[in-house]
Amino acid sequence: MTVLFGVLLLTMLVVTAVAIVRTKNLFVAVMLLGIFSLLIAANFFILDAADVALTEAAVGAGISTVLFLGALALTSEFEKVPTPHRWLSLAVVTGATLVVLYATLDKPKFGDPGAPAHQHVAPWYLEHTPEYIGIPNVVTAILGSFRGYDTLGEVFVVFTAGIGVLFLFSARRRPAGRRKTAGLQDLDIGLRKDVIPRVVSRLLAPFILLFGLYVQFHGEYGPGGGFQAGALIAAAFILYALVEGEERTLQALPAGALVALMVGGAMLYGLVGLLGILMGSNFLDYSVLSEQPVSGQQLGIILIEAGVGMAVTGVLLSIFHAFAARDRV
Amino acid sequence: MEFLGIYHYWVFVMLLMIGFYAVVAKVNLIKKLIGLSIFQSAVFLLYITMSKVSGGTAPIFSEKFAGVLYSNPLPQVLILTAIVVGISTTALGLGIVVRIKEEYGSTEEEEIQEIDRR
Repeated sequence: MTVLFGVLLLTMLVVTAVAIVRTKNLFVAVMLLGIFSLLIAANFFILDAADVALTEAAVGAGISTVLFLGALALTSEFEKVPTPHRWLSLAVVTGATLVVLYATLDKPKFGDPGAPAHQHVAPWYLEHTPEYIGIPNVVTAILGSFRGYDTLGEVFVVFTAGIGVLFLFSARRRPAGRRKTAGLQDLDIGLRKDVIPRVVSRLLAPFILLFGLYVQFHGEYGPGGGFQAGALIAAAFILYALVEGEERTLQALPAGALVALMVGGAMLYGLVGLLGILMGSNFLDYSVLSEQPVSGQQLGIILIEAGVGMAVTGVLLSIFHAFAARDRV
Repeated sequence: MEFLGIYHYWVFVMLLMIGFYAVVAKVNLIKKLIGLSIFQSAVFLLYITMSKVSGGTAPIFSEKFAGVLYSNPLPQVLILTAIVVGISTTALGLGIVVRIKEEYGSTEEEEIQEIDRR
């Protein structure tokens, strides 16, 4: 049954991807990309990657769609120029496809426990997580502790990208005050006129926030953690902003607070790492944070997950507001 | 199971190449970024496919299910963070496209090059 379902999902993925590339209407392409993300998230789930599925569903199907739509609103909705040198491109791609297809013949068998990927450090992580970290979710244990360096790097990449977007959009700022809202009636902003979206979003937003916090603090025991929680919390605010307009969302969570979250989250992660050095061990070694090494590890993971969640929320919302505040030229 | 394995790898190749085609052939910059997203998702799918162990389950311990086989958590960690990094860098790309549109008045590569040649 799972096999059939897997085959169906994978086939739908390819069909959706082809449709995305073929359509000239970019709005349609972006909507299909949301479906594509949801399909691939379902695929991750049946491949036992619950954490990844949660992230992909929140980020890919939710936030990425909104950001693409924000960019479309500032550019254009249609591809104007027909694809030039189509046959040449197709020939190149077909050649590359054949090469990669040939390479897949050498891949280890699907699900083979003896595949090289399962031989190196992964069994060690699975075996020693209860002893060293003492939390049930091995993915969180690796993300927060064993591979804390990687995650720190990723958080800084996210942070840098957020700063980059803010920097790009800092050019040619509009004069003081926000556009639009000045001459508009209350009901003209966002989707406030439409009762159903307004009521539904107002009902949903607090629960999405609550779920985001649950995912943040339950990440040690079930699928979840800072990355997923950050995306979910950002999604709640974005939903509110789409319906009620940016102004009110910025009153609830001002741009300054977002930058503070962004910087504070990344700093918190780094400082927890430095605390390890100050207390007589290595960078990002949390064992020394408490009397017991295991509870020190748990404390460290909670702190750095909080940092990750803050940074991701701050970056995603800053990026959203940067796109939303811009006027079409 | 055998067939599903091969099929996973083929779907990975197809998605990778569909994304690659969009990046090389399309002239619209947003379409290129959409292609890049597909390309990226294909790589994610490859990693997660390789993390699967037959008969395994998600790597979260539970006392009720002692002694079960777990799938490999390491590729999952790598991809989990890569997804969030992916959206941030895509947003940066979109930001650049929006700025290009503001300066050149177009998001089509050919038209932008035309303006540059003048």
